[in-house]
Amino acid sequence: MTDNKHPEPVEPSHGFGLDYAPAPESTSIVSIDDDYGLFIGGEFVEPIDGGYFPTISPSTEQHLANVASASAADVDRAVSAARRAHTDVWGSMPGKERAKYMFRIARQLQERAREFAVLETLDGGKPIKESRDIDIPLAAAHFFYYAGWADKLDYAYPGRRHDSRGVVGQIIPWNFPMMMASWKLAPALAAGNTVVLKPAETTPLTALLLGELMQDVGLPPGVVNIVTGAGETGAALVEHRDVDKLAFTGSTAVGKQIQRTALARNVPVTLELGGKAAHIVFEDAAIDQAVEGVINGIYFNQGHVCCAGSRLLVQESIADSFVDRLKRRLSTVRVGDPLDKNTDVGAINSSQQLAKISELVEVGVREGAELFQPDCSLPDRGFFYRPTILSNVEQTHRVAREEVFGPVLSVLTFRTPEEAVAKANNTPYGLSAGIWTEKGSKILWMADRLDAGVIWANTFNQFDPTSPFGGYKESGFGREGGLHGLAPYLSLSPMKGRS
Amino acid sequence: MAERLDVQKTYKLFIGGAFPRSESGRTTVVSSVEGEFVANVAKASRKDLRDAVRAARSAQSGWAGRTAYNRGQILYRVAEVMEGRRSQFAAELRTCGVEQRAARREVEQAIDLWVWYAGWCDKFQHIVGTVNPVAGPFFNFTVPEPTGVVGVVAPDQPALLGLVSRLAPVLVGGNTAVVIPSETSPLPAISLSEVIATSDVPGGVVNMLTGTRNELLPWMLGHSDVNAVDLTGASDDLDPAVLDEAATNVKRVVRGSVGDESPQSITDFCEMKTVWHPIGR
Repeated sequence: MTDNKHPEPVEPSHGFGLDYAPAPESTSIVSIDDDYGLFIGGEFVEPIDGGYFPTISPSTEQHLANVASASAADVDRAVSAARRAHTDVWGSMPGKERAKYMFRIARQLQERAREFAVLETLDGGKPIKESRDIDIPLAAAHFFYYAGWADKLDYAYPGRRHDSRGVVGQIIPWNFPMMMASWKLAPALAAGNTVVLKPAETTPLTALLLGELMQDVGLPPGVVNIVTGAGETGAALVEHRDVDKLAFTGSTAVGKQIQRTALARNVPVTLELGGKAAHIVFEDAAIDQAVEGVINGIYFNQGHVCCAGSRLLVQESIADSFVDRLKRRLSTVRVGDPLDKNTDVGAINSSQQLAKISELVEVGVREGAELFQPDCSLPDRGFFYRPTILSNVEQTHRVAREEVFGPVLSVLTFRTPEEAVAKANNTPYGLSAGIWTEKGSKILWMADRLDAGVIWANTFNQFDPTSPFGGYKESGFGREGGLHGLAPYLSLSPMKGRS
Repeated sequence: MAERLDVQKTYKLFIGGAFPRSESGRTTVVSSVEGEFVANVAKASRKDLRDAVRAARSAQSGWAGRTAYNRGQILYRVAEVMEGRRSQFAAELRTCGVEQRAARREVEQAIDLWVWYAGWCDKFQHIVGTVNPVAGPFFNFTVPEPTGVVGVVAPDQPALLGLVSRLAPVLVGGNTAVVIPSETSPLPAISLSEVIATSDVPGGVVNMLTGTRNELLPWMLGHSDVNAVDLTGASDDLDPAVLDEAATNVKRVVRGSVGDESPQSITDFCEMKTVWHPIGR
């Protein structure tokens, strides 16, 4: 169906100028060690049982380094170091002093931003454009923001007494390694806690570089401890009896296990889990902007984004033409070497994730979805997947219900705003949602009814340290960012009798 | 003239605005501290709990959709209606063994607490909502929204004040509730249901299930249409297998305390929603 309000764009002719010369970012700024120990008590130490695992670059499958695998005994060492640091130093340090340490962290992160960005892209496979312009700047901004809270906690929750919780155990995923580390560490440290952080198995290097940075800023030993490893390391941290608070970002399945352990131990926990966001486009949207928003919403970071707009709900009257536009736009997306400054979609984080994405897309096609992938060439080595649009998807299809966590957009349609809300909310998840319409009252009407913690209207995938982020329903609970992100790291109690 | 015979009250469940008996046909006897028969109280079953959750779910969007001003007036009305029945509540507490002056004080505190929370309905959003100064051309704000259907396990003691202190903040936020009240002193909970039923609180917003806490708790924790549970009245050493059930739909699990009234008691049962919109011409 054509509609007159939105004229068809000119077809790009051959040699339209979309071919770019390679623009690789130099890796000379990064020096990677052969082996990395665990960061415990302010020092890099060997794991007690001597186990190491390799970390590779997903874009080349090249070996980068060997990283220590923390056993339960190592986790215990880290928790003890964190406990001592909380008791002896950090828990009683005036907020003004804590703040200054955190400002130092923020500043040094800014100073070494390019180094962190390159390492992030090497170890995780995301485009340098994103690690350089989004991940690392936001990580630094997060420390800067929460640094300023450290000496202002009295004003955060008026009428409530606030105490740090003590030792915090934090587990982060591989999709935004540094950003997630900062989202976890910054509010915890501002509130006066000490931390044992476990980075993801496939992306440990920037967290370890952050450990070096913590040494450089002179952070007291034990305030931040970093234990690398796989699921068993995380389980040891979650089950450790001297951990006072847990925070986890990752899959809903693992989140539920962590919640069970936390409930049994009566330890407070915050969970930032999966999502299956509806990205809703009305016929009265600014169509060109909506196309960009939908593309960004699902292909940003290869779709390894818990809040990715993975379910497009487009109004039936414009569905055909809108999907055509998406396909045309997708054909100009550049997939390939993440270190190339022109790359839009980089490498899939691991071979396991690649297999999972491929399997779910196959299931989608088997269940009746129509497949579109641009005819782009992919690098010979490394883990890559063509950005994909699945149209004619129905609500019962697995690709409409399960989190793919990859560059795969499922397209569904609706007729009325009521139907859009019903379909959008028809999921156990509730992390984010997007709305595109030029009608303000409709935005607010929709925003009120969508079960999601973050609503992007006429934009998508925006993040900021001052803006709370987190889910409804099975997307978890607790918020990260803003004033709301502090509360989970404080024990709040009555001050005096109320008047 | 012969002495007048008392008209005894039948204490039933409160589900969807009605007062049904338990579908199971079961009751438990409530006796006075002197051991005299007082009443047969309905003993709710799993089926009753599921009916109550359905009623609470049906009522939730309507309750949340009312204006905050209207919710405040309705909860204030609860206090008004309770005020007129102070002696009845005090007598029920005395039946449960609370000494006369303490009973009167507990009733008054419970009424005053309704007034306190009623006033929060259109104010807690100021305290916990924010406009966020993001570093970009966006208008960005965060507002609290109700979590949905909340299971409330009220403490045994104080039977009335404990119930009100855990129920009121749930309602302020726009949630609906399925309540397991005091097991040892259930009478004030049923009378409170009668107050609620006559205070313009829509049917299904509050549902009261008297009975055995440990029998109902696993079904409440395992019910996928219950979004949050308040375990203030549950024992600290609950069977881990029962607690596990809460994770099946990532329930928000709250362990509060009686006497810690604050906006935080309201936001414990709220979700924070953040909305972004670009600023431009």
